[in-house]
Amino acid sequence: MKKIEAYIRPEKLEEIKAHLDTLNLNGLSISQVMGCGQQKGWKEFVRGTEVDYNFLPKIKLEIVVCDERAEDVVNQICDIAHTGDVGDGKIFISDVGDAIRIRTRERGLDAVK
Amino acid sequence: MTLNSGDVSWMLTSSALVLIMTPGLAFFYGGLVKRKNIINTIMSSVILMGIASLLWVFIGFTLSFHGDTGGIIGDLKWFGMSFDTLKDITYPYPNTLGFAIFQMMFAIITPALITGAIAERMKFGALVIFTTVWSIIVYYPLAHMVWGGGLIFQFGAVDFAGGDVVHISSGVSALVLAILLGKRKNFGKATYHPHNVPFVLLGAALLWFGWFGFNAGSALAANGLAIHAFMTTNTAAAAALVSWLVIEVVKNGKPTLVGASTGLVIGLVAITPGAGFVPVWAAIIIGALVSPICYFFISVVKPKFGYDDALDVFGCHGIGGIWGGVATGLFAQTSINSAAQWNGLVFGDINLFVRQLAAIGLTIVIAVAGTLIAAGIAKLVAGSLKVAAKSEDMGLDSAEHGETAYPAFNGMD
Repeated sequence: MKKIEAYIRPEKLEEIKAHLDTLNLNGLSISQVMGCGQQKGWKEFVRGTEVDYNFLPKIKLEIVVCDERAEDVVNQICDIAHTGDVGDGKIFISDVGDAIRIRTRERGLDAVK
Repeated sequence: MTLNSGDVSWMLTSSALVLIMTPGLAFFYGGLVKRKNIINTIMSSVILMGIASLLWVFIGFTLSFHGDTGGIIGDLKWFGMSFDTLKDITYPYPNTLGFAIFQMMFAIITPALITGAIAERMKFGALVIFTTVWSIIVYYPLAHMVWGGGLIFQFGAVDFAGGDVVHISSGVSALVLAILLGKRKNFGKATYHPHNVPFVLLGAALLWFGWFGFNAGSALAANGLAIHAFMTTNTAAAAALVSWLVIEVVKNGKPTLVGASTGLVIGLVAITPGAGFVPVWAAIIIGALVSPICYFFISVVKPKFGYDDALDVFGCHGIGGIWGGVATGLFAQTSINSAAQWNGLVFGDINLFVRQLAAIGLTIVIAVAGTLIAAGIAKLVAGSLKVAAKSEDMGLDSAEHGETAYPAFNGMD
C-alpha cells in the first residue's frame, strides 16, 4: 500500500475530489495547512504598506491506495492540480505498513478498499 | 422657552447616532488587529461607554460648559448635573440636559479614538487610568475652549463638530502615547495584517451612519443647517473613499476594502470641523484631498520615523483633522453659518484662516502636554504602561481579559 500526500492549491480541491470520486478509491482525507515553497509567500498592501506573508494556505490531501494504482492516481492529481504557475504544490508518496478499519477490524488492503 | 419637539427629537436621535459610533469604532479597530487581540481592542472602546459617561455626568459637563476659568476650563457648579434638568435653557438648544446628552457622546468616542494607536500592547488598567485623566485635562478644557465660550471661541476660530476637540486632540495624543509606550514586539518584521476585514467595513459603516448625528446634530436643531451638514458629511466621505481607491489602483494595482474603509473614515474626519460652514462643492475637494494627504503620512512619513501608531490614529484622525481645520479656514462662508465671523481664504479673507491655524496649534500643544501628564500618572499607578512580553506573545485577550474571540476547533467547542 502507498500513501499519497498531495499539497495542492485550495481552489483545485473540488475538481480533484470530483475526479477521485469517479475512481472508486474509497477514502480521502483533507486538511487545511499553511506553507511555502521557494517563493516564500506573497505580498499584500494594507493602507499602502506592503505586508509580506511567509505562508499561504494550501490543502493537504491524503489517500491510501494499493501499490499498482499509486502511479496512475498521482498522474491524475498532477494533471488536474497543474497550472504552470509558482505554487502548484508537491506530492509525497510513502509506504504504508498496515491499515485497520475500526468498525470491522479488517486489516491491510481489505481495510482501505 | 417651550420645547420644540422637532428639535428635541432630532437631538435625541443624533445623540443615539453618535453613541453607536463607539462600538462601530471598536469593530473598525477590532478587525484591523490580530485575532488574539480583538477582545482587548474592542474593550478599550467599550470601557469608555461606561467610564466617560459617568465622568461626564459628575464633572465633565460642568467643567466644559458651565462658567469660565481663565478661558481654559469651566467650573464645578453643575457637579452631577445639579441644575433644573427639565427646564434649564442656558445653552442654545431648548434644553440644557439635552445638550449635555449630545455632548456626552463626543466625550465617549474621543478618548476611544486614541486606543487604536496603542493596540496590541498596552496594559488595560493603565489605559483606563490614562483615558480618565486625559478626559479631565485635555478633553474638557478643549471642549470648553471651542464650544463652551473659552479661549479658542473668543479669538474667533470655528470647529463645527469637533476637528480640534475630537480629531486633532485624539490623533496627536495617540501619537505621543504610542511613542511613550514603544513598539510592538517584532514591529516591522512580523507580518501585520488585519484579521477580519469585513469587521473593518462593519465598523466604518457604523461610523459613517453615526457621523450624521455627529455633524448634522451639531446644528443643535432640526433646521436647514443640519441638512446642509448632512450633505457635506456624506459628500466628503464619498469623495475620500473614491480618491483613496484611485491611489491604491495607481500605486498597487488593486482596490482594497481596508482602503475603502480608511478612505471613507478620513473623509468624515476632514469634513467634521467645516461641515456646517463650507459649501457642498468644497466638501468634494476636502474629501478628495484628504486621502492623498493621509496616504502619504501613513505610507511614507510613518515608516521614515518608525513610530508604531498601530492603527494609524495620528495618520487618519490627527492629519485628517488638521487638514479639515485648515480647509475650514479656506472654504468657510458666513452666508452658510454666521457663527463664522469671516469668509475663508479662497473668498479673499485671511482672518479666519489665521485663527484656524492658531486653534490647531493650541490644540496640539494641549494634547502633547496633557498626554505626557496623563501617561505619567497612568505609569505611576499601574507600574508600567506596557504589558509583559509574555502577555504580548500570548495575546491581550487571554492575558488581560481571560476571554477569547474565536475558540479554535478542537472537538470541545
